[in-house]
Amino acid sequence: MRLFYRYQDLAPQLVPLDYTSCPAVKVPYELIGSMPELKDNPFRERIVQVFSEDGDGHMTLDNFLDMFSVMSGMAPRDLKAYYAFRIYDFNDDNYICAWDLEQTVTRLTRGELSAEEISLVCEKVLDEADSDHDGRLSLEDFQSMILRAPDFLSTFHIRI
Amino acid sequence: ARPYLKEEKEENKMNSFNLIKTFLSRRGAQPGQQERGPGRPRPGSPRRKQTECRNRLEELQRQEQSRASGTGKARRERDGRASLKKQREPPKKDKEVLGKEETRKQLKKPRSSSSLASSTSAGESMSEEELAQILEQVEEKKKLINTVRNKPWPMAKKLTELREAQAFVEKYEGALGKGKGKRLYAYRMLMAKVRDWRQRPAGRPLSHFGSSVASYFIFLRWMYGVNLVLFGLIFGLVIIPEVLMGVPYGSIPRKTVPRAEEEKAMDFSVLWDFEGYIKYSALFYGYYNNQRTIGWLRYRLPMAYFMVGVSVFGYSLMIVIRSMASNTQGSTSEGESDNFTFSFKMFTSWDYLIGNSETADNKYVSITTSFKESIVDEQESNKEENIHLTRFLRVLANFLIICCLCGSGYLIYFVVKRSQEFSKMQNVTWYERNEVEIVMSLLGMFCPPLFETIAALENYHPRIGLKWQLGRIFALFLGNLYTFLLALMDDVHLKLSNEAKIKNITHWTLFNYYNSSGWNASVPRPPLHPADVPRGSCWETAVGIEFMRLTVSDMLVTYITILLGDFVRACFVRFMNYCWCWDLEAGFPSYAEFDISGNVLGLIFNQGMIWMGSFYAPGLVGINVLRLLTSMYFQCWAVMSSNVPHERVFKASRSDNFYMGLLLLVLFLSLLPVAYTIMSLPPSFDCGPFSGKNRMYDVLQETIENDFPTFLGKIFAFLANPGLIIPAILLMFLAIYYLNSVSKSLSRANAQLRKKIQALREVEKNHKSIKNRATDSGETPKSSSNSATQLQITKAEPTSHSAGQTQTLDKKAQDPGTSGPASGMRLPASQLPPGSQPLEVRPDSSKPQVQTHPWRSAPGKSTQRPPH
Repeated sequence: MRLFYRYQDLAPQLVPLDYTSCPAVKVPYELIGSMPELKDNPFRERIVQVFSEDGDGHMTLDNFLDMFSVMSGMAPRDLKAYYAFRIYDFNDDNYICAWDLEQTVTRLTRGELSAEEISLVCEKVLDEADSDHDGRLSLEDFQSMILRAPDFLSTFHIRI
Repeated sequence: ARPYLKEEKEENKMNSFNLIKTFLSRRGAQPGQQERGPGRPRPGSPRRKQTECRNRLEELQRQEQSRASGTGKARRERDGRASLKKQREPPKKDKEVLGKEETRKQLKKPRSSSSLASSTSAGESMSEEELAQILEQVEEKKKLINTVRNKPWPMAKKLTELREAQAFVEKYEGALGKGKGKRLYAYRMLMAKVRDWRQRPAGRPLSHFGSSVASYFIFLRWMYGVNLVLFGLIFGLVIIPEVLMGVPYGSIPRKTVPRAEEEKAMDFSVLWDFEGYIKYSALFYGYYNNQRTIGWLRYRLPMAYFMVGVSVFGYSLMIVIRSMASNTQGSTSEGESDNFTFSFKMFTSWDYLIGNSETADNKYVSITTSFKESIVDEQESNKEENIHLTRFLRVLANFLIICCLCGSGYLIYFVVKRSQEFSKMQNVTWYERNEVEIVMSLLGMFCPPLFETIAALENYHPRIGLKWQLGRIFALFLGNLYTFLLALMDDVHLKLSNEAKIKNITHWTLFNYYNSSGWNASVPRPPLHPADVPRGSCWETAVGIEFMRLTVSDMLVTYITILLGDFVRACFVRFMNYCWCWDLEAGFPSYAEFDISGNVLGLIFNQGMIWMGSFYAPGLVGINVLRLLTSMYFQCWAVMSSNVPHERVFKASRSDNFYMGLLLLVLFLSLLPVAYTIMSLPPSFDCGPFSGKNRMYDVLQETIENDFPTFLGKIFAFLANPGLIIPAILLMFLAIYYLNSVSKSLSRANAQLRKKIQALREVEKNHKSIKNRATDSGETPKSSSNSATQLQITKAEPTSHSAGQTQTLDKKAQDPGTSGPASGMRLPASQLPPGSQPLEVRPDSSKPQVQTHPWRSAPGKSTQRPPH
């Protein structure tokens, strides 16, 4: 219920109060990305893309609810791991490759690191987590790594 | 309840894809079951995996027939169901079996009762088997309702499934007469709401300041809950009975304000010091009467008082230890982070809770620095510079801090001594009366920053530095508290020695009063007015008042610091920044940071004082509950309005148990003085529930002797025999030693297993990289996940599966289900209780991979996402 009001607040001119009558309304990415919960997140673009249906970042209420149910504290670990994988998989090829890792590092550090440092970090990450030596992280690699992370559950969490 | 939990755990560990898979097959199973029911409409059947569906259907029908022949009478229906369970188990996947068993256990009772009831009423149209089927379906649907949240479907699909399932459950649950379920459901909703409320106050700072500030608020909320329970205990079992059933105010000396104080007793300044009427109220120990039973209920108040005092400590100990244990269980993957330093930094360092641009800026900076740090660490691991200077500086810093601690301890001792002199004098000023509290609060305010400046000498890593800082402040508070207690003890002993004298005086006065000459002996004199009776000093109440004052002044100082130090400063910086010569926001005063360590320690020590004081002042807990409630909202507001986030954003996930450990220590330390007073100091002769006894615990013996049958008394006497207690203590020590060694050996085994897994992974890596070169790239993920499964689950099946064939899926799903969890997965679980999670996770996470890839690689087939 609260979520619905939040959703409606984002675009009061677009979303009618009586939601059931026309469920196909979408809220554009610009509005969702400017939510206070998301606006400082370096991965907001990815989050919104992953949860929107067609990958363009426009969300229906259902997508919106989806997003926050995955990000809530009640969602199980594996579900979170799955979506985290998709968020970090920038080019949507079901593998986190070196390019994805570079993107991630650049976003995390706002480009403060030099190119060699970034490549070093990516190399290290691949070295640590890539269990089949194919130069990229599959979902399996990612999950086996992320499920051991001590603070994954506490950090991959948005409270509304 | 145990196996249920275990199963649930395992289920949680299951991959989300496994869930999809399970669900699909369950959907396949449902039409099969429903065909047997009396014409139920079945909405959508799965478009995918038709073959699997059909197979399952046939299987089920076969079982159905065999069961129909097996079960004959109504009496035997339970056995029949058991055998049915056995029959069904093998072909089904482990997941489903687990789920079934779980629901079965949960609902065994209502089921059997309802079915029995229906079997007795012959007018029931449905037969036993149909009933059982419906029940099973209802349970399945219920399970679906419960787990629908965990599935990675789009919301629309979830909704339709949920509605379907709910409608089904409602329809047939009513028919089966399980109205109880509904009430239970309502109750659960209520509890959920309560939980929601409890989380709310922590919510807002949580989303703005990252998890470290939030951990303080969560701790505060937890503390509030504990105090509420304590308050309920004390209020319900001690204060209310005394107020309702005890002798009313003014009837006996201990419940009356003495004549000398009477005219000032209602003044606010007197009340503010907890003197006057408040001193002689049910808030303090002295008010309680020593009658063995009170009121028409014959409530044994002294006994209750004693037991509540003990159980306050008992409950607190229990709950602190329990939450510590659950915290340690939660953090299983310890010591493994060294494998994945960079990966963790990359994927979990961003705190998604951050919703404030300043925090975000800080977070960016801290992430960058941490990356740089670990790069530097990686490049040159050991580079020590001038170790002697650092060492010297650290020794110097510790010396300085010890000096500070000693100084503060002496200061408090001195002040308490002085206050005792003041208390003998008349007309002291306000400052002299409250000197102790003021000095203690000031010390608490100024010493931590001093320590921080000294600690800057030491040049520790920030996280280690924080631990040191916390430890030092802890030592300061502890020293202060104990000095205060020792001084208080002196005071108590002084009062005790005076007491004998006063006792004589009291007796003498009463004696004189009744025997005074010049009065007609035939007319009985009216008894002396209670306010006129001379009385002792009642040291228990005095101690209680001290604690009460300390708590209140502590609270006020906290609030004033927040108001002045944070709010006014923030306002000043904010509004004067427009007309000032330098940038106030970035420069010197700037905004205050939220001091987590100081606040947590303050909270812990306050709680320690409550624990100590609650025996002497039952009302103290009530005041504390108020204090916590207000400070929860007030601090929340202050943080939101006038604080800036930390420059170093550090995580708090690990320090939870650190706080809890401190709390446990404080609890133990505050238990000591109370136990000492109970066991070895004589209570005051004319006030409190234990007056007239030699020691406070005599009330126990008295109750045992008078209220229990004699043989029980004998048993207790036998139990209290030192000859029995000493062996018991020895036995406990032995048990502790044994358990300790067992846990050590277990953890060693754990480490060894982990090493083994590491080695296996290495082998697997090499193996796979060789294989990769040989095989086609399209086959890569499949074979890799297969070999992972092979390695983890000991020899599940050494076949190579081809890609998108449903046959493979079926087989794959059944094989680990039967052999895997039974042998491979359960083994580590039973051997290594706490740290075994990573071991179990691997097979789980690797197994469903096989099912995943066809689905992932062929999105055209996937019907999980219906078009909108």
